[in-house]
Amino acid sequence: MKHTLSVLVENEPGALSRITGLFSGRGFNIESLCVAPTLDQTMSHLTLVTSGDEHIIEQIIKQLNRLVDVYKVVDVSEGEFVEREMALIKVRAEDETRAEVLRMCDIFRCKVVDVSPKTYTIEVTGPESKLKAVMELLKPIGIKEITRTGTIAIQREKKTV
Amino acid sequence: MTKLPGKQMVVEALKREGVDVVFGFPGGAIIDVYDAMEKDGSIKHVLVRHEQGAAHAADGYARATGKVGVCIATSGPGATNTVTGIATAYMDSIPMVVFTGQVPTSLIGNDAFQEVDIVGITRPCTKHNYLVKDVHKLPTILKEAFYIASSGRPGPVLIDLPKDIQNQVAEFDYPDKINLRSYNPVVEPHTRQIERAFKLIEKSKQPIIYAGGGVIIANAHKELRKLAESIYAPVTMTLMGLGGFPGTHEQSLGMLGMHGTYCANMAMANTDLIIAVGARFDDRVTGKIEAFAPNASIIHIDIDPTSIQKNVKVDVPIVGDCRRALKKLVKVIKEDGRPQEVWKEKFQPWWDQIRAWEARHPLTYKKEPGVIKPQYVIEKLYELTKGKAIITTEVGQNQMWTAQFYKFDEPRTLLTSGGLGTMGYGFPAAIGAQMAFPNKLVVDVAGDGSIQMCIQEMATAMEQKLPVKIIILNNQFLGMVRQWQELFYDRRYAATEFSVTPDFVKLAEAYGAKGFRATKPEEVEDTLKKGLETDCLTIMEFAIAREEGVFPMVPAGKATTEMLLV
Ligand SMILES: Cc1ncc(C[n+]2csc(CCOP(=O)(O)OP(=O)(O)O)c2C)c(N)n1
Ligand SMILES: [Mg+2]
Repeated sequence: MKHTLSVLVENEPGALSRITGLFSGRGFNIESLCVAPTLDQTMSHLTLVTSGDEHIIEQIIKQLNRLVDVYKVVDVSEGEFVEREMALIKVRAEDETRAEVLRMCDIFRCKVVDVSPKTYTIEVTGPESKLKAVMELLKPIGIKEITRTGTIAIQREKKTV
Repeated sequence: MTKLPGKQMVVEALKREGVDVVFGFPGGAIIDVYDAMEKDGSIKHVLVRHEQGAAHAADGYARATGKVGVCIATSGPGATNTVTGIATAYMDSIPMVVFTGQVPTSLIGNDAFQEVDIVGITRPCTKHNYLVKDVHKLPTILKEAFYIASSGRPGPVLIDLPKDIQNQVAEFDYPDKINLRSYNPVVEPHTRQIERAFKLIEKSKQPIIYAGGGVIIANAHKELRKLAESIYAPVTMTLMGLGGFPGTHEQSLGMLGMHGTYCANMAMANTDLIIAVGARFDDRVTGKIEAFAPNASIIHIDIDPTSIQKNVKVDVPIVGDCRRALKKLVKVIKEDGRPQEVWKEKFQPWWDQIRAWEARHPLTYKKEPGVIKPQYVIEKLYELTKGKAIITTEVGQNQMWTAQFYKFDEPRTLLTSGGLGTMGYGFPAAIGAQMAFPNKLVVDVAGDGSIQMCIQEMATAMEQKLPVKIIILNNQFLGMVRQWQELFYDRRYAATEFSVTPDFVKLAEAYGAKGFRATKPEEVEDTLKKGLETDCLTIMEFAIAREEGVFPMVPAGKATTEMLLV
């Protein structure tokens, strides 16, 4: 099972490598990892997508918490949450396919962020499933290059008061 | 407030933390700290002969006293030489602070002379570590290091000190207390969990207490004894737990696991309730995990949440300090009011079964005329020291025979590398323990292989006038590996026999120490007596039965009930 963990960690040198080292040293998976500063300059926020059975996820969370630099770990996938990922895709767009690429962008609400005579670069944002769908459809047309951010996620607020 | 250079901050911090002795070896990148120590003059420095020895000695000091052990090394090779010692301490949760010199900050990353990324190298084997890049942060880092090393589940902390930082000056504002928002070990156990634990104890007909090194680290031996006696439950210990409950107590079943007693392993396999205290269900204890204690509910007390549910499913997890948890549990039992006799009667059928196992296969060995059995040497050592010595061990058969045949009644009297199993640990650790307790008898039980891994520290012991005793159980083999080869590799003794071994008696003499040798059983007692009575470093070498094995033995990966017996 896939889990999305949100980790707050002290903004100290080496903190990230402690975390990645823990995953490699103990044989846990990292499917994606996203790191960015938070409002508080002294903390970093990490979104980490991993997989494993309940037992492994429990160990991962405990092991993360054991690191001196880790402030808080939340398994956001335990409850309701919003996740997003962004990809920039450079796709071949020549005579007959140029229009089709644009049509697809329209359907998936992607943005064209760069244009050249033979390519479009499009920006797509959404849950991983959407990125996958777009990539699948663009593949036959010809993807030249792709870069992705990895997933970020946030818990939903309760809808009732 | 005073301004101090980094090097002096280190010395001040050592003093404020109550460190009276440090173990180390100098070099260009740490020379400034050494200079500051020399000028100050109040901290005893033990100059070792290899940095691995410094780390193990600091570790032995820490295990014997419960205080933080400190060692110092220079950059590059000095730092890498400490790594085995750091990993040894890490695996056994030993509080230690390690200082390493580093090239000046301006050169870091340039492959400068004797530069190594020791912080990177030790990240997975320290509880935490620091590369100091700003001298203003040094006072806080120093305080944090001692606090982190000794609190929660203890462990080694490394501070890497670039040479320029050692000489830069800043305010020395040493905090009294430290508050780390990201590090708050849970020490106080949940009362509700304790009550749930008691309910399980009440329901149980065949309980067993399984005690590990956490009992010793938490100084919880008295509370453990109270728990065991108040409900009259049997107690078994891990290698690290020996001494956490008196080995001579009638409720002690001895050690469990790969080389545990038949009785302890049978009791673990048949129990309906395991009360695990400061132990971590290590593979050497559980054997084949699927077959481990199939009918048991489990109560698990540990300060480290990652230890709980790691290898086995636990019914009542209790996160917290072992001592506090046991205290609370004993209180609940007292409040319940049932006297010991009631529990004793309730568990009588269980005890009958346990005594039957004990009688069927007690710990034993075969005597053979004319050859010295290692178990006999340990038995005699126990008799002559009345169980009062601090014993360190090397690793291998020597370690297991010691664990089996020396009865440890007090905590911190067995210092041994359990988690990492580091050959070469015992002798430097004995030096550390003897530094802490100059008047106690400190004995390293060694194998002929292991002793050669840190033998150079004989010079250190002589220099410090430490009367450490070394007992070499010489089987002229890397015996434990040979035993595996005998049992599981058709006796192909690949690389387990040395064709050259020094004359240990002469070697002792070469260092100015004393050396004795016994080659016949009749000489054992006399040799021990002579050797233990000296007032200086002494080697006692025993030429033991070469192919003696350690039994019982649970082959790796087998169920703990599948023991090979004597
Ligand atoms: C540093 C290190 N290297 C290798 C081993 C693997 N090992 C475990 S026991 C052992 C044999 C030890 O021989 P010796 O010290 O003579 O003890 P004996 O088993 O013969 O009593 C070896 C090589 C180890 N534990 N530590
Ligand atoms: Mg040997």
